Amino acid sequence: MTAAANTSPAPWRADLFILPLIVALGALAALIEAARSPDPAMVIQAWTFLACMIAIGAFYLKTYGGGIPLEEREGYANNVVKAGVIASMFWGIAGMLVGLIIALQLSFPNLFYFPDWAWTNFGRMRPLHTSAVIFAFGGNVLIATSFYVVQRTSRARLFGGSLPWFVFWGYNTFIVLAGTGYLLGVTEGREYAEPEWYADLWLTVVWVGYLLTFLGTIIKRKEPHIYVANWFYLAFIATIAMLHIVNNLSIPVSPLETKSVSLFSGVQDALTQWWYGHNAVGFFLTAGFLGIMYYFIPKRAERPVYSYRLSIVHFWTLIFIYIWAGPHHLLYTALPDWAQTLGMTFSVILWMPSWGGMINGLMTLSGAWDKLRTDPVIRMLVVSVAFYGMSTFEGPVMSVRTVNALSHYTNWTIGHVHSGALGWVGYVSFGALYCLVPWLWKKKALFSNALVEWHFWISTLGIVLYITSMWVAGIMQGLMWRAYNDFGFLEYSFVETVVAMHPYYIIRALGGLMYLTGVLIMAYNLWRTVKDAPAEAAVPANLVAAEAV
Amino acid sequence: MSKKEIDSHTGTETTGHEWDGIKELNTPLPRWWLGIFFACIAWAVGYWIVMPAWPGITGYTHGVLNFSQRDQVAADLDALKTARHTREAELAHASLQQIQSNPDLLQFAMAEGRAAFGDNCAACHGSGGQGAHGYPNLNDDVWLWGGKLEDIQHTITVGVRSTSPETRQSAMPAFGRDGILQPAQVDDLTEYVVHLSGRPADARAVARATKLFADNCAMCHGPAGKGDRSMGAPNLTDNDWLYGPERADIHDQIWNGHGGVMPTWGGRLSPETIKSLAVYVHSLGGGE
Repeated sequence: MTAAANTSPAPWRADLFILPLIVALGALAALIEAARSPDPAMVIQAWTFLACMIAIGAFYLKTYGGGIPLEEREGYANNVVKAGVIASMFWGIAGMLVGLIIALQLSFPNLFYFPDWAWTNFGRMRPLHTSAVIFAFGGNVLIATSFYVVQRTSRARLFGGSLPWFVFWGYNTFIVLAGTGYLLGVTEGREYAEPEWYADLWLTVVWVGYLLTFLGTIIKRKEPHIYVANWFYLAFIATIAMLHIVNNLSIPVSPLETKSVSLFSGVQDALTQWWYGHNAVGFFLTAGFLGIMYYFIPKRAERPVYSYRLSIVHFWTLIFIYIWAGPHHLLYTALPDWAQTLGMTFSVILWMPSWGGMINGLMTLSGAWDKLRTDPVIRMLVVSVAFYGMSTFEGPVMSVRTVNALSHYTNWTIGHVHSGALGWVGYVSFGALYCLVPWLWKKKALFSNALVEWHFWISTLGIVLYITSMWVAGIMQGLMWRAYNDFGFLEYSFVETVVAMHPYYIIRALGGLMYLTGVLIMAYNLWRTVKDAPAEAAVPANLVAAEAV
Repeated sequence: MSKKEIDSHTGTETTGHEWDGIKELNTPLPRWWLGIFFACIAWAVGYWIVMPAWPGITGYTHGVLNFSQRDQVAADLDALKTARHTREAELAHASLQQIQSNPDLLQFAMAEGRAAFGDNCAACHGSGGQGAHGYPNLNDDVWLWGGKLEDIQHTITVGVRSTSPETRQSAMPAFGRDGILQPAQVDDLTEYVVHLSGRPADARAVARATKLFADNCAMCHGPAGKGDRSMGAPNLTDNDWLYGPERADIHDQIWNGHGGVMPTWGGRLSPETIKSLAVYVHSLGGGE
């Protein structure tokens, strides 16, 4: 087949006009910033952004220069999902590697301290780690899986022509801009919302594109009903848009400088930040990944979803109750008592709505439990749901005032976050990626199931080391901080509690190393699957017709 | 599309919907799930009744218990104050020597001093007062500003090169950096100081530096290099080095004239706490 046969003459299409225009405007803005900004960090950010815009422009030229590519005229959009899978693996490894480095910095502060390289400082590497694993890895997994799932469950190709590609490239541009910004010391100082105003604006544009793609696909669906996974994905996309915009309301010091000043101040600022921060957990890391769970578990187990009614009830209760729980991050602070009470009580009420997802995930396996023995991928998905259940129980417990009095500011919180992040978000993502790669690249199976077993067991052991060490460390830390001697003086100085953490920090770093090792094994396995695994048998013609839209 | 069927494994009816091969069972809500959910809501309502919970236009519901975190903290602090009150009053009136000779009071002062040391001093002097490069060791009998109880109390109160008008003050010139001496002269003086500490040194350099030392250093460190506590000038003959024992360290110190800063604690810690700290530091091993 010649290249010409692969394409058809391009009719005028809004997306092929508007999206390149946005990219060109972005490039222009970057040029102006690079030329006029007195802020050296802004100049570097501008050049970085310009390079990304040029890359996107080149992509558009290559893909659409000769007309509409064949891939866009038939069946589902798979290439953009493939790109998302590759980006997920790349950012996953990068983000977890940075996590290991900062764990080592905490364990051996003298060994991993480089005063001449400011960008290696813990204060810059830590947001790099959190953003890379949550937004770069998690975000790419969410975008890729949502694009895959919404097409199959709506029997419709992704809406918007090249819009999904714009979302993919635009989102990863945001990641690059944010990550390099942290290393340069550019930050809003808002946890999980550190990128400065210009990166926030760009993400807003991209996110509108994401919402349009997803919503447009649902609107043109050929199924009478919207599948439960898509409710969760849509809740995630819509709520993150709201959270992102409100929490990042700020005024730049100058349009040519990186720094901006938040519209909020004092305790209102703190509450806005944790309304955002907690719901980033709720809607990004919970609702979004529940969307993954609701497609990949029944699909992989080949069993019906356990309870339709439960999915409705737990969806709506989760959505309505989660949004209230943020103040539990600010117990025993200047936040008024009444707001603390509401945050705490809604967190406790949230327990069962969260567990609704766990029940539906686990019980969908009924009739297919034997697959846990034979299929390590389904085992990974099921263990992820178990970790989800555990951390959504632990969360409400930690939100109770008296428990929080002990746990707050300690490593217990770090352990809690990572049982959710490594166990739930990580494993459900890995499970989905293990499913997706053979499906997308039309392979019979993964290159090696044994390697999946190795990945599973090494990283499971890593998670156990991580969370148990942080539980012990956190509870010990909390008890040491509050210990008084008989005379009414503090029993331990702060530095003594730091010394006491040392062995647990080392165990934690070891756990992280094992988890990263598992992911490296996975990356190798997926790469070999794409490269060497035998292709799927030719699909019968009637099935091809069914997939074509 | 809508075709309800019975799932053979569970015997439950499906909803009749299907997406990409995925069906849904029409299982009712698990009763235990619903029960716990309602119980959590009931508990929350109860909690709202007894605790501050819902905002209104001009205020908020205070709850039956009328709980306030601020009141709780104030009460806790009061309780602590009451518990310490008698001893603190004794500390306020007792002299440092009286504290040391009264075993009960000493025990209390040591507890207070240890806690205050951990929170305020350990960051520089180390949790055991062992010091670090540029931060004096408080366990040995080498004292820059004196090791008697009163000396220590005064140093803690006013600080060293601090913002207090009464601060302990000394400033070694940066002989090399500021061009007061030639590089070769700094080299010679380095040998001289090594010699002072009783270590083998280049005899010709020592000879050359004898007059240099007398002219530039002896004013503070004394003609024999024994130091002078009234000026905070270290003894150079005791082999105890704040900025390191090696030739390179000594050269660096003569060249740059480092001088650390200790903050004034007078306004920050109560006089009783400073007394306790003085007694505690005095007890670390080197008190005079």
